[in-house]
Amino acid sequence: MNERILEKLNILADAAKYDVSCASSGTSRPAVKGGIGTATGWGICHSFTPDGRCISLFKILLTNHCIYDCAYCTNRRSNDVKRTAFTPRELAELTIAFYQRNYIEGLFLSSGVMRNPDYTMEQMLRVVKLLREQYRFNGYIHMKAIPGASDNLIAQAGLYADRMSVNLEIPSEENLKLLAPEKNYSEVFAPMRFIQQGMLESAEDRKKFRSAPRFVPAGQSTQLIIGATPDNDRQILTLASALYRRPSFKRVYYSGYIPVNNGDSRLPTLAAPPLVRENRLYQADWLMRFYQFKASEIVDESHPDLDLDLDPKMGWALRHPEFFPVDVNSAPYEMILRVPGIGVKSAKLIVASRRYGRLSSTQLKKIGVVMKRAQYFILCRELPMQTVNELTPQYVRRQVTQKQQKRTAELLQYTIEWGE
Amino acid sequence: MILFHYDKTFEGLLSCIFFAYAQKCFPDMILSPSDQQPLFADEQYVVVSDKVKASRVWSSLEKKLSKIARRMMMSVWISGLPETEMLLFRYMCKNIDHPQGVELNFGDTDVLRVKEIAQQVSREAQRLVQFVRFQETADGIWFAPIAPRYNLLPLVVKHFRNRYSSQPWILYDTTRNQGLYWDTHTVHDVSFSPADLAALKLGQLNGDKQSDEEQLIQRMWKEYFRSITIRERLNLKLQQQHMPKKYWKYLTELQQ
Repeated sequence: MNERILEKLNILADAAKYDVSCASSGTSRPAVKGGIGTATGWGICHSFTPDGRCISLFKILLTNHCIYDCAYCTNRRSNDVKRTAFTPRELAELTIAFYQRNYIEGLFLSSGVMRNPDYTMEQMLRVVKLLREQYRFNGYIHMKAIPGASDNLIAQAGLYADRMSVNLEIPSEENLKLLAPEKNYSEVFAPMRFIQQGMLESAEDRKKFRSAPRFVPAGQSTQLIIGATPDNDRQILTLASALYRRPSFKRVYYSGYIPVNNGDSRLPTLAAPPLVRENRLYQADWLMRFYQFKASEIVDESHPDLDLDLDPKMGWALRHPEFFPVDVNSAPYEMILRVPGIGVKSAKLIVASRRYGRLSSTQLKKIGVVMKRAQYFILCRELPMQTVNELTPQYVRRQVTQKQQKRTAELLQYTIEWGE
Repeated sequence: MILFHYDKTFEGLLSCIFFAYAQKCFPDMILSPSDQQPLFADEQYVVVSDKVKASRVWSSLEKKLSKIARRMMMSVWISGLPETEMLLFRYMCKNIDHPQGVELNFGDTDVLRVKEIAQQVSREAQRLVQFVRFQETADGIWFAPIAPRYNLLPLVVKHFRNRYSSQPWILYDTTRNQGLYWDTHTVHDVSFSPADLAALKLGQLNGDKQSDEEQLIQRMWKEYFRSITIRERLNLKLQQQHMPKKYWKYLTELQQ
């Protein structure tokens, strides 16, 4: 450990920051004798940077040298930036030093592509091997699979990593070709398929032999850049829902485009990163994963983009007033989940509590239902309130957006649950 | 007003339940010796802790309450909030009176309140797990000062024992002046003298007590924290929401 490593750390952390994923969930690792570290299953955030994002994993590049020239990337070869690389031992020591102090939950290892994909993947593999075998590190490891690397190397990496990811970055292939002429979708999808196959095989083996090795037990994730290309939300969400249908896929991350390379005519100039749109996409993503919505219900041909003034669940409810009002004291769980202002937690509490007696609006409020939004869509113990059907969707829309306008004034004040 | 006096143990509280049902007399307040005595009281009873009676009450509750609900009760007890005794008393009575128990009736204020407090306590314990920062001392022990709202050390000790099983550490609660020391085999109680405590409250060990590498690693972590931030997305409010200021004192990356 010395000053030179500090400088490398600065350069390579700065170059790694645009990767959104930082989750350390999806796997549990009990302590091993003589080793260091555990993983808890639900993930732990150890710090939050001034941009409000969590630090769970030590997110770092092995190197920012890169043979590619992707328009949206800060590390592209035509950029004039200081280049450097860690040796595998330096990076392993740094990870352990941070882990011992409870700064991090594990390592998120990514890298620019040096020489060729196989060489890069080999170097990354050396880091995780060193950590797992020599330092007996038993914490979480998230590893990037480099598109174009050989199956053999990915198969080895999968035995050490908890989660692997390959970033799609651009939501449609023609735009990817435009911005990153050296890349294509088939090279990205190949490692994704391979990781999935390995996972399924390992799960099958472990049914027969408990000691069979685990392969990427926490599944895979990917990232899409939002707003760098004209792709609409319908394309993005359809792609995401197709990915979620694969059994190994745990997360799709959306990253609002931040102009890192000025003066490239292929990219739009934005006054500010599209943070509200990014937030709406995460909300839509949550609807697909936890609220049993289909992508085609959230966006369709007549509404290809998400409404920036309304959350997507409210948007759906206002387009479909025929489903409402929902009687919280008798409707099935799935219907209660669809009411704007009722989340997964409050829906579960409602279903548990209503067996003891009919719930009133004050009780609902205490349970955690946001009555400002829910009042137009529910029936409870009191006499029926005016619902969306009597008041018309247009009126309700005005009411809820007026209340939200104050908030959108502070453009940045929104929350995303980064954990899972 | 009917008052019960008890010895501020959980067993004592269970004995209060037994006493109330035996005498058919339900209290408006349950007081421990350290509580302020009210000026007027119609009836006062001193309830003596009784192991047998307490375990009879507990086993009848065990029949009706799930493990989760029982754990929630223990979390409320750990919270030590002023409302604890009466809240738990009412919660237990309601469960005893209802043939199946009421633990899932979140329309009931007491049931909901028990859940809320239990959530607060476990959130606080989770924050402890997130925001503990160890410093390596010159003699090879990893030291971390903490200052949680509730006395949570017993809830998190298992996590740290598992995770750092081969490194000796001390977790020290500077508000209660008590701590735990893991010597890689067993956990011991430790406490420091008031003079030492004042130094520990600064959050940074003295330079001569730190190991050789400690300062450099701390600098690396601070620099990393700075480099990983995206300037274009600055959102201090969100940062504070996830990491309230009361924890900042002992966070290496936010110390000067």
